[in-house]
Amino acid sequence: MASKEKAGKGAPVAARLGIWTFLATELLLFGGLFTAYTVFRITYPDLFHQEHLKLNRLLGALNTVVLLTSSLSMAVAIAAIRQGKKRLMQAGIVLTLVLAAAFLAIKYMEWTEDFARGLYPGSNLFFGLYFVMTGLHGLHVIFGMCVMLYLVVQGQRNRFSADYHTPVEITGLYWHFVDLVWIYLFPLLYLIG
Amino acid sequence: MSQTESYLAHKGFKSWALTMDHKRIGVMYLVTTHLFFLIGGFLALLLRLKLLSPGPALFSAHTYDVLFTMHGAMMIFLFIIPAIPSSLGNFFIPLLIGARDVAFPKLNLFSYYLFVSGILVILISLVQPIDTGWTFYTPFSAENSAAVTTVSFGLFLVGMSSILTGLNFIVTIHTLRAPGMTWYRLPLFIWGMYGTSVIQVLSTPVIGITFLLLVAERLFGVGFFDPAKGGDPLLFQHFFWFYSHPVVYVMILPAMGIISEVIPCFARKPIFGYKAIAYSALAIAFISFLVWGHHMFVSGMSTTAGVIFSFLTFFVAVPTGMKIFNWIATLYKGSISLDSPMLWALTFIFLFIIGGLTGLFLGSLATDVHVHDTYFLVAHFHYTMMGGTVMGLFSGLHYWYPKITGRMLDERWAKHAWWMIVVGFNVTFFPMFILGMQGMPRRYAEYPAKYHSLNVLATVGSWLLAVGIVIMFANFIRSLNRGAIAPANPWEALTLEWQVPSPPPEENFEVIPTVTDWPYSYGKETGDTRGK
Amino acid sequence: MAYYKSYVMVWIALIVLTGATVGVSFLNLGLWNAAVALVIASTKATLVGLYFMHLRHEIKLVIGFALFPLLFLALIIIGTLSDTMTR
Repeated sequence: MASKEKAGKGAPVAARLGIWTFLATELLLFGGLFTAYTVFRITYPDLFHQEHLKLNRLLGALNTVVLLTSSLSMAVAIAAIRQGKKRLMQAGIVLTLVLAAAFLAIKYMEWTEDFARGLYPGSNLFFGLYFVMTGLHGLHVIFGMCVMLYLVVQGQRNRFSADYHTPVEITGLYWHFVDLVWIYLFPLLYLIG
Repeated sequence: MSQTESYLAHKGFKSWALTMDHKRIGVMYLVTTHLFFLIGGFLALLLRLKLLSPGPALFSAHTYDVLFTMHGAMMIFLFIIPAIPSSLGNFFIPLLIGARDVAFPKLNLFSYYLFVSGILVILISLVQPIDTGWTFYTPFSAENSAAVTTVSFGLFLVGMSSILTGLNFIVTIHTLRAPGMTWYRLPLFIWGMYGTSVIQVLSTPVIGITFLLLVAERLFGVGFFDPAKGGDPLLFQHFFWFYSHPVVYVMILPAMGIISEVIPCFARKPIFGYKAIAYSALAIAFISFLVWGHHMFVSGMSTTAGVIFSFLTFFVAVPTGMKIFNWIATLYKGSISLDSPMLWALTFIFLFIIGGLTGLFLGSLATDVHVHDTYFLVAHFHYTMMGGTVMGLFSGLHYWYPKITGRMLDERWAKHAWWMIVVGFNVTFFPMFILGMQGMPRRYAEYPAKYHSLNVLATVGSWLLAVGIVIMFANFIRSLNRGAIAPANPWEALTLEWQVPSPPPEENFEVIPTVTDWPYSYGKETGDTRGK
Repeated sequence: MAYYKSYVMVWIALIVLTGATVGVSFLNLGLWNAAVALVIASTKATLVGLYFMHLRHEIKLVIGFALFPLLFLALIIIGTLSDTMTR
C-alpha cells in the first residue's frame, strides 16, 4: 500500500487527469446555470423567496442525506478494491446504485407534487431554474447509474482487482462530483431561494 | 506486423472506421472538415453572386438569410474550429512529442463519431433550415419555427466531440512526452495546441448549457431569455460569447503554432523568443476569457461593463503582437526559401496583422458603435479567420502533406494557387472594410445603389478566390497518386515527426526517441542554440 | 481499516452539516442566511473533495486540475454580473 500511496494510488495519472478535466467541463456546464441563478436571484429577490417556500424542504434534506450516503458507499467500494476486496466493492457499488435510485424516486415524488400543484418549468423564473437545475442533475444521476450498472457487470466477470480498477476509480470521482453539485443545489433552491 | 509498415498500409473500410490510430483519425477529420469548407465556400459564392445586384435577384431575402446562416454555422462549427486541432492536431501531437498515440485512443475515435453524429443531426434540420444567423440570438431563435432545436442538439454533440478532443490532448501533452522532452523543448505547435485545448475544455460546456437552455425555452417555455417572463435576452449573449469569443482563439492559436514551426524551418534560423511565443499562447488563452463583452457593446449591455470589457480587450493584443514581432525577428537575416508552406506563413502574418489591428477598432467602445454590424466587421473577421486561421492551415497542409501522404505536392501549381487565393482574398474582403466604414450593414440581402461598385469588386474577387482554392485542392488530390515520392524529411526540419519515414509507421517510432535539445537549432550544427 | 473509519467520520460530519444548514434556514437572518448556507455547502464540498475524492493525497498537478476551473466559474459569474448589476 505504502508505495502505491505515494503515486497517488489507484488509477494511473493519465486517467486521473482525464477525469478531472472532464469534471472541469461539467463544472462549467452547471456554471451557466449557477450564473443564471445568481443573476435572477439578485434581480428578483422577492419572487425567489416566495416561490422557494413552495418546495418541500424535508424531502430535499432527505435526498441530500441519501446522496451523501451514496458517496460514502462509493468511497468504501473504491477503498475495498484497492485492497483487492472484490465482494465488498460489489456491495458498495450496488448500495450506491440503490441509493441513487432512491434519490430519483424521491425527486420523482417531488416533481409529481409540483405538477399537481400547477408548478411547471414555465411557471416563473424560479421554477424554471428549479426544474432545469434538478433535471440536468437528475440526468447526471441516471448517467452515473448506467455506468455503475456496467461496473457491477464487469465486477461479476471478475475484471477488477487491486492492480486494475481504473473504471471504478473514475466513476467514483464522477459520482462524488454529482454529489458536490447537489450539495450546492440543495441550499440554493430549497433553503435560501 | 512489421514496425516499419506505413500507417496507410491496411486498406478497406473497416480498417478506417474502427481505427484507433491517431493519424487515421486525424485524416478522417481532415477530410470531413474540408468537405464542409468546400460546401461552406460554395454557399459563400452564392451569397456573393446575389450581392452582385443591389436589388432583388436570384433568390428571396429569406433564402439569403438561410444561406448566410448555413455558411456561418458550417464554417465556424464544422470547419474552422475542428479544422486544425482535430485533424493536424490529432495527426501531429503524438508525433511531435515522441509518443505512439494520444492518451485515450478509444475516446479519440468516439469523439470523431460524436462529431459525425452531430453533423447528421444538423443535416436533418435542413428540412426546416434555420435563418437565425450563426449566433442564434434570442428571442428570435426561441420563437421562430425553423428547426433550431434540432440544430442545437446537433451542435451540442459537435461541442462534446470538441471537449473530448481537447481533454485527450491535454492529458497526452502532460503524460506522454518522450524522455527528455521537457516543456521548453516542446515544439511551439504543441504550446499552441495546449492553449487551444484548455479553451475547448473550459468554454465549450458553456455553449452546451446555452443550447440546452435554448431548447428548454422552446420546448418547456422556461423564460430565462424571454423578457416577457422576466428573463434577459442579454444573458443568452453573455453565455454565447463566453464560449464564442474564446473559441476564436481555438481557431487562431493552432494556426499560430504552425507558423512558429514553418518560419524557423524555412528561414533556417532558431526561433526568436521561444519562451515569449510559448507563454503568449497561454496568455492569449487566458485573456480570451475576459473579453467576451466586446461583442455586446451595442446590445444594451451596461456602459460600465462596456468600458471594462473594452479595456480588457486591448490586453489580448499584447501577446499577439509579441508573437508577430518574434516571427519577424526570426526572419531577420535568415536564409529564407520561399517554398509553398513559407509563402502561406508569410501571408498569414501579413493578413493577420490587418485582421488583428482592425479588431482593435471594433474592440474599443467608441469606434465600435460606429462600425458594429457593418461590413467592416465582416471584413475584420474574414481577415482573422480566413486570412489568419485558414492561411495557417494551408501553410500546415503544404508543410505536412508529404508526411501525411508520403507524396510531394506539385510546387508550381501550389504557387499558382497561392497567387490566385491571395489576390482573390484581398479583392473580396478589402472592399468590405470601405463598405463598412461607409455604413453598409451586414446580413441584408439588398443594399442602396451607392454601394454597388465595391460589391461588384468583392464578388469578382470571390471568383478568383474560388478558382485558387479549386486549383489547390486539385493539387492535393492529384498529388496523392502522381506526386513525387516524399523523402522522410524534405524540408530538413528538426522536429520529431520528420525523423520517421513518410508516411509514418503505424507505431510512429520504432524506438521512443530520447530528446536532448529543442527542435529549433537551425543553421547550427549541434548543441542548444538558445544561448546568446 | 483506517480508510473506512475516516470515510464514516466524514460522512457523519456531512450529515451533521446538512442538519445544521436546514436548521439555520428556519431562522430569519436576512442576508446572512445565504452566507451561512453557502459557507456550510462549501465546507461540505471541501470535505467531499479532500476525502472522498482523495485530493488530500493527490499530486500537485491533479490538485491544480481540480482547482483551476473554479477560477473560470468565478469569471463567468462576475463578468455577467458586471453587466447586469450596473444596468
